[in-house]
Amino acid sequence: MTGPAGAGTPVVAPAPSQVERERQLYRRQRGRRSVVVSVVSTLVVVVAAYFGVVNTPGWAAVQQSFFDPQVAWASLPDILLGLWLNVRILFSASIGVAVFGTLLAVVRGLRSPVAFPLRMLATGYTDLFRGLPLIIVLYLVGFGLPGLGVFPRLAPEFWGTIAIVLTYSSYVAEVLRAGMEAVHPSQRLAARSLGLSHAQTLRLVVLPQAIRKVTPALMNDFVSMQKDVGLVSILGAVDAVRSAQIAQAEQTNFTPYLVAGLLFVLISLPLIRVTDAIARRQQRREQIGGAV
Amino acid sequence: MTEQTAPVLELRGLRKRFGDTEVLRGIDLVVHKHEVICVIGASGSGKSTLLKTVNLLEGIDDGQVLLQGDDVSDPRVDVDATRARIGVVFQQFNLFPHMRVLDNVTLASRRVHGVGRAEAEATARRLLERIGLADFADAYPDRLSGGQQQRVAIVRAIASDPELLLLDEVTSALDPQLVGEVLDLVTELKQQGSTILMTTHEMHFARGVADRIVFLHQGEVVEQGAPAAVLDTPQHPALREFLARVHA
Repeated sequence: MTGPAGAGTPVVAPAPSQVERERQLYRRQRGRRSVVVSVVSTLVVVVAAYFGVVNTPGWAAVQQSFFDPQVAWASLPDILLGLWLNVRILFSASIGVAVFGTLLAVVRGLRSPVAFPLRMLATGYTDLFRGLPLIIVLYLVGFGLPGLGVFPRLAPEFWGTIAIVLTYSSYVAEVLRAGMEAVHPSQRLAARSLGLSHAQTLRLVVLPQAIRKVTPALMNDFVSMQKDVGLVSILGAVDAVRSAQIAQAEQTNFTPYLVAGLLFVLISLPLIRVTDAIARRQQRREQIGGAV
Repeated sequence: MTEQTAPVLELRGLRKRFGDTEVLRGIDLVVHKHEVICVIGASGSGKSTLLKTVNLLEGIDDGQVLLQGDDVSDPRVDVDATRARIGVVFQQFNLFPHMRVLDNVTLASRRVHGVGRAEAEATARRLLERIGLADFADAYPDRLSGGQQQRVAIVRAIASDPELLLLDEVTSALDPQLVGEVLDLVTELKQQGSTILMTTHEMHFARGVADRIVFLHQGEVVEQGAPAAVLDTPQHPALREFLARVHA
């Protein structure tokens, strides 16, 4: 509030008028009705889907080979152990992607002519690795690089992590670059006018705002990476997916895959909720008040 | 009250709170057909909120908004239909940057009021012609000066013949030499019989064009009347203080 007549001194709200009370009543009734409609329609869809699946001719066989609780319980310890490897790979890969992705984004955003070769290199890199299927990168890195014979013997999960960092850095770099471009040029002007260098401007003014703008997109990439970490199993690393595969072969039952799948969903849930909360908070901040 | 005699806009005991602060404390206001009402007041007095509540861009906590006698604050009334009856011009123009000037002006006619493209564009071009911006019909808003953008925004608001026009500080974001062209357009709208409720800091303009000036202070209408009366013989001490600061 500014000015001599700054309004809005806190007051005890007067009792609502008759009209307002009626409106509130109507809104409450309508609110209740919407809740009832949505609950009932959800139930109908869920029940119909359930009976639709259960009454298919092959349900008994499918239930036995995919939803066997005993097999699930027996395979759980090994799969959990494997999942711990996934979590560790995810942790290392996240740091790698954050560093490498930011570097790529910054290089692609350089304007000076001197940086032209670097910029081309970064552009070529993101073009290549965004287009290349992760599985092929995994094969190339996991079997190709050790095959050169210059590296010491390293575990397959190490090469898997490298492959994931290579691929996901290119996605993250593009997201960050979009965010940096979305920061209004006047912000750069203001920062440079204070005497900040190009690097300082980037680090202190542009990147923080850019990251805020693209947080939902980055979180989306993170969740996607979280499950793609399961692909390191094709290099022979014994992660959750690989453990499930072993259990499936032993028990000739597909339930372990379902267990591994559910565990992946479970570990991604907290982050998905956090992402939603961040997005909501941003939305609130940008639309203070207002009914639309 | 019949449609014939009902004022274009009537506010009854309008209240609006933001958290613990009551921004509007029981506003009663009547706007008749062809009237131009200027709302003045210090920043924070609730002027902009008042305008937003009229076309329901801001929900109200109590009171009623009657448009041509219809209680549009009733939750049973379709808000989109209500807003379609009211034209709004914002301080920051808010033209759509991804649309040509012509498309900005024809958007509501075509998408809300169901007017055909040819007819909508003919109307839009005629209006743009009248404000001297016919040459910019196919340009994008960023090619225009602030004053030109604001005049386009006004044309966009009047293109589908609203019953009421709300102008919220339409000259506050403009360079002084561009203010005139926008105010001239508002004066022209008045001469053509538009009904206008506007907030403004341009006291000179308010004196010239307003049928009535309303002074808002701490969320209440503390004084209103003919421009000369309000501006030359203010009664309320807050109004006197406000005018002294504005004229200083």
